[in-house]
Order: sequence, then C-alpha cells, then structure tokens
Amino acid sequence: MGKFQLITKGLIKENPTFVLLLGMCPTLATTTSAINGMSMGLATLFVLVLSNMAISATAPYIPDKVRIPAYIVIIAAFVTILQFIMQAFTPDIYKTLGLFIPLIVVNCIVLGRAEAFANKNSVVDSACDGIGIGIGFTFALTLLGLVREILGAGSAFGFKFISGDGILVFVLAPGAFMALAYLIVLFKKVTAKKGE
Amino acid sequence: MEYILIIISAIFVNNILLSQFMGICPFLGVSNKLSTAVGMSGAVCFVITLATLVTYLFQYYVLVPLHIEFMQTIAFILIIAALVQMVEIVLKKVSPSLYQALGIFLPLITTNCAVLGVALMVVTNEFSYGGEPHMLNLVESIVFAFATSLGFGLAMILFAGLREQIALNKVPKPFQGIPIALVTASILAMAFMGFSGLV
Repeated sequence: MGKFQLITKGLIKENPTFVLLLGMCPTLATTTSAINGMSMGLATLFVLVLSNMAISATAPYIPDKVRIPAYIVIIAAFVTILQFIMQAFTPDIYKTLGLFIPLIVVNCIVLGRAEAFANKNSVVDSACDGIGIGIGFTFALTLLGLVREILGAGSAFGFKFISGDGILVFVLAPGAFMALAYLIVLFKKVTAKKGE
Repeated sequence: MEYILIIISAIFVNNILLSQFMGICPFLGVSNKLSTAVGMSGAVCFVITLATLVTYLFQYYVLVPLHIEFMQTIAFILIIAALVQMVEIVLKKVSPSLYQALGIFLPLITTNCAVLGVALMVVTNEFSYGGEPHMLNLVESIVFAFATSLGFGLAMILFAGLREQIALNKVPKPFQGIPIALVTASILAMAFMGFSGLV
C-alpha cells in the first residue's frame, strides 16, 4: 500500500468513527460544537502520530508479554506532553475539553492502531497511518460537531446565522447519540452507493 | 445528607454513561444480552471503587508531597492496569465462581474510560452538593465512585433489556446494529434528562 493510500484510507474506507466505531466516548462527549470537535480530533491526531512512530521504533525491543502495558505507558507519556502544550498555548480549549484530554490514553483508536499497525510496520508507514486515521477521526468529530451546532445552537464554527435558540436538545446528551446514529446511517448509505 | 445527595446525583442526574459519555465502548459492545450486561456492571463496579480508593491515596500521599502531579495520567493508568491484573489473580484463587462470572470482562476494563475518568474526576474537579464547592475527601470519593458505578450498572442493564426487545423487531437495514442502539440510547438519555435539577 502506498503512502498516499495510507493517509487517505482513514477518511472514508476505514473511518475510525463511522466505519470502525472506535473511540466513541470523546466522539459523543466533546462534539457540542464544531470547534470543540475539531480540537479534540487534532489532539488525538497529535498523540496518534507520535505514539505510532514511537511504538513502531521500539516494538522490536519490547517483549511480547508486556507489550500492552508498554504501549499504554508510551501513549500516556505523549498525552502528558499534549496536556502541557495545551495548557500553555490553548488554555481555553483545554478547559472546555477537560477530562477528555487525559482520557485520550484509553481511547481505543490509539491503542488499536499500535496493536494492529504500528508494531509491525516501519516508522514512516506508521506515521502515515497515524495521520490518516487521525484525519479521519478529526473529520468525523468536526462533522458531528457541526451538525449538532447547526441544529442545536443555530450557528456554525461559532458564527450565528439564526437569531434565538436552536433545538437545544442536540447540544445536550440525547442529541449526541441521535446525531451520531443518523450520521452513521448516512455514511453507510453513501459509501454503499459508491461501492456498487 | 450530603452522602444521599452524592449518591442521587451520581446515579441519576450525572449518569456516567448517559450524560458524561464515559464507558460507551462496553455500553454498546456488551449490551446485547442482559446476563453479560449484569456481569460487566458487576466487574466495573468493583474495579471503579477499588481504583478510586488506590488512586486517591496515591495522589495525596505520593504525587502531591513530591510535587509531581503532572505524572497523574501515567501513574493512574498504570495503577489501574496493575489493579485489574491483581484483581484477576486474586479472584481466580479466592472465588473461582465469581472469577468465572466476571473473568472475561476484567481485561476489558483497563481501557474503559469510566475507570480512569472517575479516578481523575475525584482529584481534579470540585463538587458542590448544596454547600460550598470543595474537593471530595476520602469517604466522599469512595461513595461517589461506588454510586457512579451503580449508575453505570443501572444504565447498562436498562439498555440491555431494551436491546433484547429490539432484537425481536424488524429494523430498517441501514439502522441495523449500532445505529438503532444509538437511537435507543438517545431516548434513554432523554428519559434521564428528567432527573436534571433534582440535586
């Protein structure tokens, strides 16, 4: 598989949110607006690329029996670095996303890619895979955030285009489940047509 | 009185699954059958309470005195992973029947974000139950963790019951599987919204 394919497959074919259905917790919790969804996606992308590269580089030296704890420590180290960077440069976003930044450690996408791809491929390929899956995740979260923001608050990326409130429930918890359900169905429909 | 408020708030108002979105993977993954949902809830309940106790003590007796609070994420996940492993070994020896019941769910719990989420919540967030916002003390943290895991169990078991019924009905093809489960979860979350404002 070429480098370009590695990067693009995460967007549609192996989209972590709509197709693989991984990492549901941050997907539902942080997509109250398009900006929040995008920030969470980019934060995960950062950790995913770095941890993929580190794990791919160290995999030959890690004994098979303790590989999962070792991967988790590597991922947790990058998450801690990310926490420092975000606290310093984007304190507002860090505050809104709150607990879900440290919770990237237990995001199944990151550990999943380590186990399924990074530990048996080269550093460059793993980086491309991380970028691809990360972009797919960011795309999904931004889309879900955008849908919820348009319906729930009548705005897109913070720009308000209707006066008054939207359908408030879409910003709250039930709307998250509902919007994601319909987006997955739409995604299935669209990709199924393309495949025919 | 405060303990009652903590319990009601953690189970109903701020339900960990339906309003905080932590632990969605097992919520969607193992809720096909009522019996597995009960098993998973039991294992999660046990681990969350135990993990919160250990991480709380670790935070205030190791990390804070040494001024290395930034190691929180790494330390907590390691503690949880080790704890789950230990619980597995101890259960195997002490109570094989309980191990049989919970066994397969235990390894999954390490990456359940509800466990790390609750452990982090009690040491980073301030809570206010009627009075001044304050950090929870040890007993309050344990009560909070236990009540939160009860909330997890309640949502999980309700949801599994609903999904068993849905499995018997005809569902449009694109909605089969996860999408219809998400729609169900949405309606369940709406029902839980009725509790907001209770505390």
